[in-house]
Amino acid sequence: MIKFENITKKYGDTEVIKGVNLEIKSGEFVALIGPSGCGKTTCLKMINRLIEPTSGKIYIDGQDISTLDAIDLRRNIGYVIQQIGLFPHMTVRQNIELVPFLKKWPKEKRLKRVEELLRLVGMAPEQFMNRYPSELSGGQRQRVGVARALAADPDIILMDEPFSAIDPIARTQLQDELYELQEKLKKTIVFVTHDIDEALKLADRICIMKEGTVVQFDTPEVILKNPASEFVENLIGKKRIWKKPELVSVKDIMITNPVKALPSRTLAQAVEIMTESGVDSVLVVDKENRLLGIVTAENIRQNKDKAKKLEEIYTRNLFTVKPDDSVLDVLRLMSQKKIGYVPVVDENNVLKGLVTRSTLVNLLGESLEK
Amino acid sequence: MISEYLDFIVQRMDDILLFSTQHLQLSFMAISIAIAIGVPLGITMMMFPRVSSLILGIANAVQAMPSLALMGFLVPILGIGTTPSIMMVTVYALLPIIKNTYTGLTGIDKAIIEAGTGMGMTKFQLMTMVRIPLALPVIMAGIRIAAVMAVGYTTLVALIGAGGLGQLIYRGISMVNSKMIMAGAVPAMILALLIDRIFSFLERLVTPKGIK
Repeated sequence: MIKFENITKKYGDTEVIKGVNLEIKSGEFVALIGPSGCGKTTCLKMINRLIEPTSGKIYIDGQDISTLDAIDLRRNIGYVIQQIGLFPHMTVRQNIELVPFLKKWPKEKRLKRVEELLRLVGMAPEQFMNRYPSELSGGQRQRVGVARALAADPDIILMDEPFSAIDPIARTQLQDELYELQEKLKKTIVFVTHDIDEALKLADRICIMKEGTVVQFDTPEVILKNPASEFVENLIGKKRIWKKPELVSVKDIMITNPVKALPSRTLAQAVEIMTESGVDSVLVVDKENRLLGIVTAENIRQNKDKAKKLEEIYTRNLFTVKPDDSVLDVLRLMSQKKIGYVPVVDENNVLKGLVTRSTLVNLLGESLEK
Repeated sequence: MISEYLDFIVQRMDDILLFSTQHLQLSFMAISIAIAIGVPLGITMMMFPRVSSLILGIANAVQAMPSLALMGFLVPILGIGTTPSIMMVTVYALLPIIKNTYTGLTGIDKAIIEAGTGMGMTKFQLMTMVRIPLALPVIMAGIRIAAVMAVGYTTLVALIGAGGLGQLIYRGISMVNSKMIMAGAVPAMILALLIDRIFSFLERLVTPKGIK
């Protein structure tokens, strides 16, 4: 676990970090993001003491890192940087085994580790081990960079915009690979990026920074749904919700006061209710607000006897969704079953709301307008 | 004309060979000392940036001083003969070595240095494992320039009794004997070119494989 406690950093009179408090859990993938000069890289480099804070303390697993030996500390933290920083005069093998070498691992163990890591990042050891960085593509170099950071099996890995200098196709692939790798390894990763898509794609939690302060530190879902400020909103982009529709849940968009009626109502009364609210259907609920079924204007028209009660004619066995289901589920259900409305109920079948095609269209319209 | 010159060369072959050997010995001595001083000085400058401009300034000033004048200053202090001659040449050979060592060590991509530091290399490891290997071609280029310069300056220090091919040239000048001048100058040129070749070969040899 990494903990920032009231961290500040001043260069002369300029305060670049203004009291940052952060807690990064073990095994968590945290992305630091913000415009350039927001202090994200500075914060990152404080973790391996490439930069020392002016005041405040950083703890790793409860230990104040300023009391630790910086060299030792760094050897136990993986580090991947933007231009990769592979040593051009060393082979892939020498690059990867650098930290184990500094830690004086025996040669055999180092070699085994190099082979293991190259396989892990999807490169054939016998083919690549003795190549120089200049003989690799950008993507391959970055993989070696990641392998090198993993070499001594550190618990924490710091990544400073590792994919920013790579072409978009290779970048997407590397991001996917890193994600899978992280699923397997469960390291604590602190990842600096200026690309919100990258952050959303990879991070368990995103720390948004601006002018040396943390603006919002939360899961991608929460940040997308409840941006803490206009700044965050602008950063994530207003149409973001449609880039990630799986993050929008039913309760966010449902109509919370759908038109409903008790089963004891007559058809005439039901028509009255519908006309009043300007809808063409009414949900039938019992006194505890549990959903029983639905009656549409069409159903009523087919019944000549308007004194009939709703309970005699309503449609049972409705398709329903739960408030926490994603909008995608609703869309899927609607298109598969060719229905235009889906009631929302909780686990006790109590009616919570209603999603109709027009709700979805309106939402889409709104998001485009913005 | 040419055959006359060749005859002269053949006649004086013993002298020419002797002086050439002497010339080479002097130059090599001076170059070795210049490397022994210049490379550590360049490393020191890199490690203590504050003194770097001072050292570089002094080296530049010395270099800018007319060599004849410097010789004039040194003779009353050091006398004449081999030692002061070697010292003179050394002084001139220092600057390109210092300069190239310094630029070679400081001119390394910051990302590489940061990666090394961030992975927990000590300053010393960074120097021996990263900076020096990467700077070696640049340092070697400096040494090559210094070596060629040293061969040239060694001709000059014959004036203070160092020996070498310069003696033939001075003798030729005082006797107004162009054949004699040529007998000193042409081998000196050949030596300089040869040294240049040898050192550029060495330069390639020390260039790490990955950055060729």
